[in-house]
Amino acid sequence: MAVFEPVLLARINRPDSATLKSYQADGGYARLKEILSMAPADVTNIVKDSGLRGRGGAGFPCGLKWTFLPKDHPGPIYLCINADESEPGTFNNRILMEKDPHQLIEGIMIACHAIRSSNAYLYLRYEYGTSYRALDAAVKECYGAGLLGKNILGTGFNLDIVLHRGAGAYICGEETGLIESLEGKRAWPRIKPPFPAIEGLFRKPTIVNNVETLCCVTQILKRGKEWFQSIGVPPDPANPRDPGSYGPKLYCVSGHVNKPCCVELPLGVTARELIEEHAGGVWKGRKVKAVVPGGISMGFLSAAELDTKLDFAGPGKAGCLGLGTAAVVVVDDQTSMVDVLYNCCRFMSHESCGQCTPCREGTSWMTRILERIRAGQGKVEDLNLLTEVAGSMGIIPGTTICGLSDGAAWPVKNAISKFRSEFEEYITSRRASVTSAQRLMAAH
Amino acid sequence: MSVLTEELRERIKAEFPKYPSKRAVTLPALHIVHDAMRAVSTGAIEEIAELLELHPSEVHDTMSFYNFFKDEKHPLGRHRVWVCRSISCMLRGGEELLEKLAEKYGVHPGQTTADGKFTLEFAECLGACEGAPCILLNDECHMDMTDQSASELINRL
Repeated sequence: MAVFEPVLLARINRPDSATLKSYQADGGYARLKEILSMAPADVTNIVKDSGLRGRGGAGFPCGLKWTFLPKDHPGPIYLCINADESEPGTFNNRILMEKDPHQLIEGIMIACHAIRSSNAYLYLRYEYGTSYRALDAAVKECYGAGLLGKNILGTGFNLDIVLHRGAGAYICGEETGLIESLEGKRAWPRIKPPFPAIEGLFRKPTIVNNVETLCCVTQILKRGKEWFQSIGVPPDPANPRDPGSYGPKLYCVSGHVNKPCCVELPLGVTARELIEEHAGGVWKGRKVKAVVPGGISMGFLSAAELDTKLDFAGPGKAGCLGLGTAAVVVVDDQTSMVDVLYNCCRFMSHESCGQCTPCREGTSWMTRILERIRAGQGKVEDLNLLTEVAGSMGIIPGTTICGLSDGAAWPVKNAISKFRSEFEEYITSRRASVTSAQRLMAAH
Repeated sequence: MSVLTEELRERIKAEFPKYPSKRAVTLPALHIVHDAMRAVSTGAIEEIAELLELHPSEVHDTMSFYNFFKDEKHPLGRHRVWVCRSISCMLRGGEELLEKLAEKYGVHPGQTTADGKFTLEFAECLGACEGAPCILLNDECHMDMTDQSASELINRL
């Protein structure tokens, strides 16, 4: 197979890659005037026909989302760019924003034209200070060059982009949590419907798109929907509801590998290829024990499941929640899955917004049960308790407003079903190493 | 005597035209005040609320939701050092790094050194997992940190 030429990351190693001058020298904004002169519905149709699915985690078809806006709405209509990248293991949006902010801005312009919006709010996690400065400089360059503001390139299209910095809360990556946060409130996700396309930011029709998704939009309008569909995995003919997994994807590989990296490849690469061919293999000559396929919310693949294709459908077939953000975190065979799971549960407990009781209490109790196990006070029955709690929280069982809870439950379910004997051995041996007096002390 | 300087008030007001509601300026205003004053005091909350035409409890509600902001009883040091403890960093020594720094500088995460130089914090995933373990110094990320390089970074402050 020929080596895949990166498109989304093609420019990141150029000198001054973030500047307008260098972006334009590489053909950036060259077709913008022509695109802004197209009928908005035609732009939407190209994106819809390309099969682009959202890159932020849920994989919802992007063009289809745009069509949910009310027809002939007097406005305003808003675009929110979700740059709150916070799923553990994920860092591709950061690279896109730091190294090629104009690719994103061009995608924002195209999307806003398609959805008839003149106001884009880019919600950026606070921790991405370098991204903020790169975007701020790029936006200023655009205003200076007549690429933002009123009557852009003489097409009559107006657009303002506002950069809005978050304050360190994972839940702001959930689209209605993001909207609430932008409005100046605590980031409690909203009950849907109404979906943001009908009633979103400031109660107006709103589209929320991820950074990588919008960078794909830039490339689709530049290269054509056929180009996009020539990459990736077509729909499964056996599944009439599968929209396929088209296009390039930025895979982040981290954890116990020799060369942690962000690599752009056609959707559908396997976890094994990513680890062995792109991330330099497992470090210290060790073997894989487990792999997070797409951020910790997606659960775990076992060493026997490394040939799972990381397209939108693959991880689900292996019992994971989905592809998520395609952030692959590798755990070596010398690491305890109890420690890994504890880390995941502690994160979710810290980041649960507290609005829904099953999530607030469930994430906290799962963390405390694992703390107890790590302190040598666990019982094998705790594993059933963990599974029971995990099974009762989330959108899937229907007990919470948003999916954070499903993402908190999934690593627990996968870890206990795929690594049960390790958990049992850990509990038994840890318990034996702690005296009953120590247990009694620890209990107080 | 107002808590917020005229300059801070002007910077907050400069955010108004960007949003159709003054309430949306809550986070920008909190950032402006927090950054300059190293805490958001009760008095500052009242004045932000007045500028934004909100009740102080609404500003406080938003502020307290985000663990990011410090109140007047727990002001930030001159710098803030966040050590990532999430999965990719944990797998490569992030938790040990945090522990070592806490021990070396005599502060628990969330506390400020006695000389007021910096506040140590644990962070959840900083999005720099290719350089784990990583540290965020104020809002600049530093990757592939060791006990030594982290100490050097802090000692240069």
